[in-house]
Amino acid sequence: MTQESSSNMASDLTLSNVTVGYDGQQIVASTSFHLAAGEIGCLLGPSGCGKSTLLRAIAGFEPLMSGQIEVAGKVISTAQTNLPPERRQIGMVFQDIALFPHLTVGENIAFGLTSWTKPKAQARVDELLALVGLAGFQSRYPHSLSGGQQQRVALARAMAPKPKLLLMDEPFSGLDAKLREELVPDIRSILLHEEMSAILVTHDQMEAFAMADQVSVMSDGEIHQTGTCYEIYHKPATRFVASFIGHGDFLPATVCGPNCVHSDLGRIQGNLNHGFADQAVVDLLVRPDDILHDDDSEFVGTIVSKWFRGSHFLYRVSLASGKVVYCFASSHHNHSIGQSIGLTIHLDHLVMFSR
Amino acid sequence: MNWFKKFNFSLLSGAAIFIAALLSLPILVVLVNVVIGDGQVWQHLYQTVLVEYVHNSLLLMVGVGIGVLCIGVPTAWLTSMCNFPGRQFLAWALLLPMAFPAYIIAYTYTGILDFAGPVQTFIREMTGWRYGDYWFFEIRSLGGAMTMLILVLYPYVYLMSRAAFLEQSANTLEVARTLGYSNPQAFRKLALPLARPAIVTGLTLALMETLADYGTVQYFSVNTFTTGILRTFYGFGDVAAASQLAGVLLLFVTVLIVLERYSRHRIRYHNSGIKKASSRRIPLGRWQGVCALLFCLLPILLGFLIPALVLAYWAMFKAEFIADRFLQLAWNSFYLAALAALILVSLALVLSYAGRLYKHKAVHASVGLSGLGYALPGTIIAIGTLVPLAWLDHQIIDLVKHYTGQKIGLLLSGTLFALLFAYTVRFMAVSLGAVQNGLGKIKPSMDMSARTLGMNSWKVLTRIHLPLLKGSILTAILIVFVDVLKELPATLVLRPFNFNTLAVRAFELASDERLVDAAPASLMIVLVSLVPVILLSRSISSDVASSK
Repeated sequence: MTQESSSNMASDLTLSNVTVGYDGQQIVASTSFHLAAGEIGCLLGPSGCGKSTLLRAIAGFEPLMSGQIEVAGKVISTAQTNLPPERRQIGMVFQDIALFPHLTVGENIAFGLTSWTKPKAQARVDELLALVGLAGFQSRYPHSLSGGQQQRVALARAMAPKPKLLLMDEPFSGLDAKLREELVPDIRSILLHEEMSAILVTHDQMEAFAMADQVSVMSDGEIHQTGTCYEIYHKPATRFVASFIGHGDFLPATVCGPNCVHSDLGRIQGNLNHGFADQAVVDLLVRPDDILHDDDSEFVGTIVSKWFRGSHFLYRVSLASGKVVYCFASSHHNHSIGQSIGLTIHLDHLVMFSR
Repeated sequence: MNWFKKFNFSLLSGAAIFIAALLSLPILVVLVNVVIGDGQVWQHLYQTVLVEYVHNSLLLMVGVGIGVLCIGVPTAWLTSMCNFPGRQFLAWALLLPMAFPAYIIAYTYTGILDFAGPVQTFIREMTGWRYGDYWFFEIRSLGGAMTMLILVLYPYVYLMSRAAFLEQSANTLEVARTLGYSNPQAFRKLALPLARPAIVTGLTLALMETLADYGTVQYFSVNTFTTGILRTFYGFGDVAAASQLAGVLLLFVTVLIVLERYSRHRIRYHNSGIKKASSRRIPLGRWQGVCALLFCLLPILLGFLIPALVLAYWAMFKAEFIADRFLQLAWNSFYLAALAALILVSLALVLSYAGRLYKHKAVHASVGLSGLGYALPGTIIAIGTLVPLAWLDHQIIDLVKHYTGQKIGLLLSGTLFALLFAYTVRFMAVSLGAVQNGLGKIKPSMDMSARTLGMNSWKVLTRIHLPLLKGSILTAILIVFVDVLKELPATLVLRPFNFNTLAVRAFELASDERLVDAAPASLMIVLVSLVPVILLSRSISSDVASSK
């Protein structure tokens, strides 16, 4: 059972070459990352990429095939030893919420506080109810709560014993979009208030951006990149990260200098050495906000489709070579499909992948 | 005309109300007899037999209740939540004892365990002891009846609690683990309380069967309500006293029904989680696994394998088998069961469609009322059927005599009509349940989309409903068929003179101490009863596959 004394200290988490799988089949292959104490990390990836399996391994529900997991400097999982979940002091919020339907809200939250004295446990329950904005709901039953309220109770229940680390497995996927938008920043501020290290698993990048200090992008059982939201968007390490995060197109280009390439939209000068050999053929990552509508430009493209986004238009434009790219334009620039418009490219750091 | 419209009266809803009225006749008759019966009968019953009946019936219920819980819940937990060799086989094999009617397993074990049986004979040969030299379990006793009923009734608890364990949000137990609970603690604090309503439902079903049992207790000479009712009715021809006893039995049953309804209500309220079977089963160590395997194997062995093998052996090598007579019995049983099944399913269709099409309170109540007979022991239904039919018969006879001067025989009460009527009362709930289950899966939006696609209501019925309902109708026919085949007390009371079925003949032979000769008929019943059990098992193993 959880000890009271170990409370209030956020812990860091280190995964070293963790491989998870069963029946001889690898689901997560040799993964490593570090999460600093008090930070919120995110495992982001498409469904079936192994992110939930990795989370369950951290919680102690999946044994490791190799590698090790450390929390606060203490090894909790290796291929040989597996500390049972109940002795890890790691809290978890599940996708299906999984409140205990036969217990009240208060009893649910107090469920993990068995070793606390009664008044202390009650104080903790009150504190958490207030924190998640459900003061007065103590003696209600879960079935009488809305989805968002149930999710808040689940969070409070997981945080109640002051775990060293909080894991959240797609906690918002059962909620509608509007509720999610409200809940995500709330939960982030609750976690910061409790100074709790946490890991969120999601397939929704907007959720990851709104919640996490550090994002690990996963695909096919591997972490492709771990970094800040800014880094994974603007400096994607692999082609998968580049295409999974945000909108983006790969524009064929030829290297024409240590920090310069030549493409359908002309010569582009970067501000950093890109490290590719001269005349190498590469794919250049361009985001919709990198290509701008400019009537004076010598480069033109034909509009294939368009979306009105309020503050701007998003155009899909076909270039002379037949390559199709996204382009942002001010919402005053209303052009019709089939029209030709001038384009310029604004890129400072070049993100390129060899063909 | 206004009230007429308001009632939304139609042929279908009228038929439903009429069926319900007919089917609740037997219970009304018993209740009326309880009320109008005079105090003297009551006084007499109280002084003579009532205390013994209450005592024995209560003791039987307590014993069977504890027994089915001790077998049903742990086996359900092991096969649904733990992983050990043989689990998948055990998950469905644990249902097999359901194929045995309690009275058949009772006299099979009597044949095995009594003084002249193979077990005691073997002991005497090995030790040289004689009669009186040693103690041996007397199977013809209250304890024996308990044991027999436990062996065939635990599957009710097993089925219900297994479903409950599987339906618990798989993450529930994992949440408990992350909050510091070990597996056994999580089971005690969460899984068990969550499954409690379902377990109670299974328990009440088993106890209703215990109360309804006639064959076992009669054969073992344990005096309970069911044996007492028939003895009073037959032996003394005392309808009032028999009805009074039936009334007390009804009280017991009512308590159980209320308990069952209440816990069903709680099941609905307890299942708010989204089902997601992502968690993996708890792996058991080698010795734990072996123990689990043996524990689950034991009820299958005692409740099915041993008695089935013994019956088969008797039937093949020992029994006096007269083909003609046996074929006659089988034919009687089968056509009676088939006829009952057809009647029951047709009426269930009428009731279900009335309930679906007319949301009127009277129709709704009629559908509910029609299923009530399932909770009633066959003995009560038999008396409730015989009394009004005999009265009606005499009226008809008098009437015919008055107008034509001719004397005719019994038209209703001494014929198959009475038997079929009693079966309809007793098994309407089974048939109704299966049909309604199928009909419930046909969403009203399906009807509507078919109509918008240009089908008239007849075409909706034949092209949408019939194909979708086919499976449910066949299930209903099958279950009713088997239930009728196994039914003993009502058949015993209501059958026409010299008309025998497999169940009745097996029971008679066994009562005449011709256990071995009863084997062919018994084996036949068990084999046919296996069919729905195997169907049920198959749906269980598909659960197993989907929750891996």
